[in-house]
Amino acid sequence: MSDRISIRHALKKYGDNVIIPDLNLEIKKGEFFTLLGPSGCGKTTLLRMIAGFNSIEGGEFYFNDTLINNLDPAKRNIGMVFQNYAIFPHMTVRKNVEFGLKNRKLSKEQIKAQTDKFMKLMHVDEYADRLPERLSGGQQQRVALARALCIEPDVLLFDEPLSNLDAKLRVEMRTVIKNIQHNVGITTVYVTHDQEEAMAVSDRIAVMNAGVIQHVGTPKNIYQRPANLFVSTFIGRSNVMNARLEVEGGRCMLVTPSGYRTEMTNVLPQHQKTQDIVMSVRPEELLLNRDTGADGISAVVEDCVFLGLMTHYFVKLESGEDAEIIQESSIDSIIEPGTRIKLTINTEKVNIFTADGSANMLTGVKNDCAC
Amino acid sequence: MKTRKYDEWIFVSILLLVLFVVFLVIPLAGLLRQSMYNSDGVLTWENFKRFFTYTNGYYLKPLGNSVKVTVATTLVSLLLGIPLAYFYSFYQIRGAKVLFVVSILCSMSAPFIGAYSWVLLLGRSGAITKFLSALLGVKMPSIYGFGGILLVQSLKFFPLVFIYMNGAFKNIDNTLMEASANMGCTGFRRLIRIVLALSMPTILAAALMVFMQAFADFGTPMLIGEGYQTFPVMIYNAYLGEGGANRNFAAALAVVAIVITAIVFIFQKWATSRFKFSMNALHPVEKKKAKGAGGVLMHLYCYGLVGLAFMPQLYIIYLSFCNYKGSIRQPGYGFGNYKQAAKKLLERSINNTAIMGVMALIIIVIIAVLIAYLVVRRSSVLNNTIDTISMLPYIMPGAVVGLSLLLAFGKKPFALTGTFAIMVISFVIRRLPYTIRSATATLMQISPSIEEASISLGASKAKTFAKITVPMMANGILSGAILSWVAIVTELSSSIILYSNKSITLTMSTYLAILRGNDGIAAAFAAILTVVTTLSLVLYLKVSKSEDVRL
Repeated sequence: MSDRISIRHALKKYGDNVIIPDLNLEIKKGEFFTLLGPSGCGKTTLLRMIAGFNSIEGGEFYFNDTLINNLDPAKRNIGMVFQNYAIFPHMTVRKNVEFGLKNRKLSKEQIKAQTDKFMKLMHVDEYADRLPERLSGGQQQRVALARALCIEPDVLLFDEPLSNLDAKLRVEMRTVIKNIQHNVGITTVYVTHDQEEAMAVSDRIAVMNAGVIQHVGTPKNIYQRPANLFVSTFIGRSNVMNARLEVEGGRCMLVTPSGYRTEMTNVLPQHQKTQDIVMSVRPEELLLNRDTGADGISAVVEDCVFLGLMTHYFVKLESGEDAEIIQESSIDSIIEPGTRIKLTINTEKVNIFTADGSANMLTGVKNDCAC
Repeated sequence: MKTRKYDEWIFVSILLLVLFVVFLVIPLAGLLRQSMYNSDGVLTWENFKRFFTYTNGYYLKPLGNSVKVTVATTLVSLLLGIPLAYFYSFYQIRGAKVLFVVSILCSMSAPFIGAYSWVLLLGRSGAITKFLSALLGVKMPSIYGFGGILLVQSLKFFPLVFIYMNGAFKNIDNTLMEASANMGCTGFRRLIRIVLALSMPTILAAALMVFMQAFADFGTPMLIGEGYQTFPVMIYNAYLGEGGANRNFAAALAVVAIVITAIVFIFQKWATSRFKFSMNALHPVEKKKAKGAGGVLMHLYCYGLVGLAFMPQLYIIYLSFCNYKGSIRQPGYGFGNYKQAAKKLLERSINNTAIMGVMALIIIVIIAVLIAYLVVRRSSVLNNTIDTISMLPYIMPGAVVGLSLLLAFGKKPFALTGTFAIMVISFVIRRLPYTIRSATATLMQISPSIEEASISLGASKAKTFAKITVPMMANGILSGAILSWVAIVTELSSSIILYSNKSITLTMSTYLAILRGNDGIAAAFAAILTVVTTLSLVLYLKVSKSEDVRL
């Protein structure tokens, strides 16, 4: 069985120090849901409140329609995978995996069958009788996953499970985790600070900052139409520049400090008035033009880095601001530092925010966050 | 809505608190109370006044003696132990393992056996003294008094420094050494400015350990001090009564002793707080080859020092097989001493030591594990208070522990004097702080998420504690327990106040044989004691599998 998780008005504080002021969240049955945010944003705290290892100072936590606030962690039927694997070092792989089953009234045969099944699923069956100290980090994490899945939990929780692995294993293990989750279909809550990892595995992502959920949405939506400036800068890279929105005869014009003007056709009606704005342009949304006579923002190339598929340019704008541009590498034309160029903006993809950065002014933002 | 903060563990906390109040706080309070009354039951400062103002500083002098000899011992131990640890950690010394094991053996032997053996070697009728005066007509300087205590204690305590410093040196990352060399600081300058500076917290910890043990040592000054009276000896004498027992005055002396050790303890904590940094070597220092004349000198130093420290124990074992008539040595060798010892409660001593030692050890381990768990995993005001109280015995010299227990439980309704119970209680109190420290350190290295994993897999808290936490701590606890066992077996300073003929231990029997002047029997007892400690330590090294001896 898999559960829907509902969190209403969650409050977490240590003494007078409020970590999570008032958090609401709906996690759908069977989905792969990720809590993403910088360290200290409260994502692990929230996960441990769901697991029952942190006290809940206020609000309600439900699995389906059951209130779990005061339910013993041992009775929540949760599978949890920890950052440091938390494998019992004094037990063999088999003993580790079957540990959860032994706490239930199951026959020996049932336990063995179930343990074998999940050890095989995670490809650790050949190490069944080894002690964990003789396993690599990746293998230990597979054992941890087998152990968590073995009890057929209603909810699967991951607390930065890949951060102790090296880069290559990280990519391999995240695919393993995603595939397994798809096959068993258990509601999964996954905590990470690595946005690429979050994008790769999640059905939906909640971006958190300072205990507040900023944006809940699909990876695509969060990347392309971030709900506010924080989300836009935390997910992927962004060039943030001050600009103005000028409304002339019903047309919205984006005006840069250097005087470059371009029309925006997707501004929300309530924001359609002349005002200062903040513009967030991803490096691939800036287009580079070597023709200095063309329309655009004047800039000087300061440095370029060739990375194979892509070439990164670091430029200084006329206004003195720095910007980064990514272009697909071409055979002949690396632009030398010192070259004067013009930049134009891909208006379909660029995001603009109110001057305080608190809201995206464009249509197409999908934010499931109840806040 | 609030989740419950208190659970089953609150009962454990309360139970522990009650135990500590009954067996530690009340006896200490009783000691303080006793020190403030005179023998007629009148509240007075008389006892303390007598201590400070008695003619010619009669009582102040032993205090001065104690401080002098203890400070000297601490310094000499550091001066001997630090170079040894440096050579051992930074150079390839041949037979390093042997050096290490023998050093631990020396530090763990019963404190007074060394003193006794040195008296037999260098005393008035000592073997070396006689040999030299017969052969060369050289008169050896007296071994008794300040010099003798310093010699015996330094040779006993420098291995402590050695063991501590090894741990510190092992944590120095080789890249720090290389970085220092890179910036032109090498050799002796680097030793002082980098190696020793980085080890400062450990040096201070070792110094405190040596100071506490040397200050509280009762057996050594008793046997080799003669006219040079030290503080623990004076407490004992005041209690037993040279010229009439005066328990109130003895209590006052004990209070003074605690105040002094407490001041030293606080001063050390303050000094350590000025060197707060933690190290963990990713690249431990690679040992260099000890080549050339320097290498020879290093080997000479290491083996000379450790050999000198070990010699008394070997000599005692040798003597135990010599024939004796009374205290006069006869030609020839045999098991006569052991046969004589068998008549002198040998069997009872061994049985008592085993029974009481094991009982104390079980209690110590249980309490230490519980306290470590409460402090590390369930830190609260109550649990931290228990932890602080449990550390009190660390600053209580053995004689003080013995005296306070006797005052609290020596009369009705308890009347525990001379029973097994009071001996076991004193063993537990004496050794608990050390075991709690090592259990706490072990638990701190275990990530809480391992216990959480167990709970989220449906195991109850009790089951998690029994099946996950305790087994994971087992290695650390077991190795700590063996060291406690050795300390219990060789415990003298509190036992001498609390023992009776029924509850006599191996160490007490040895000490009594020495006092009676039965050198042969004493040697036999001492040899058995040495063998017991040696076997325990071999077991320890097998169990702990590492060189990180935690004392």
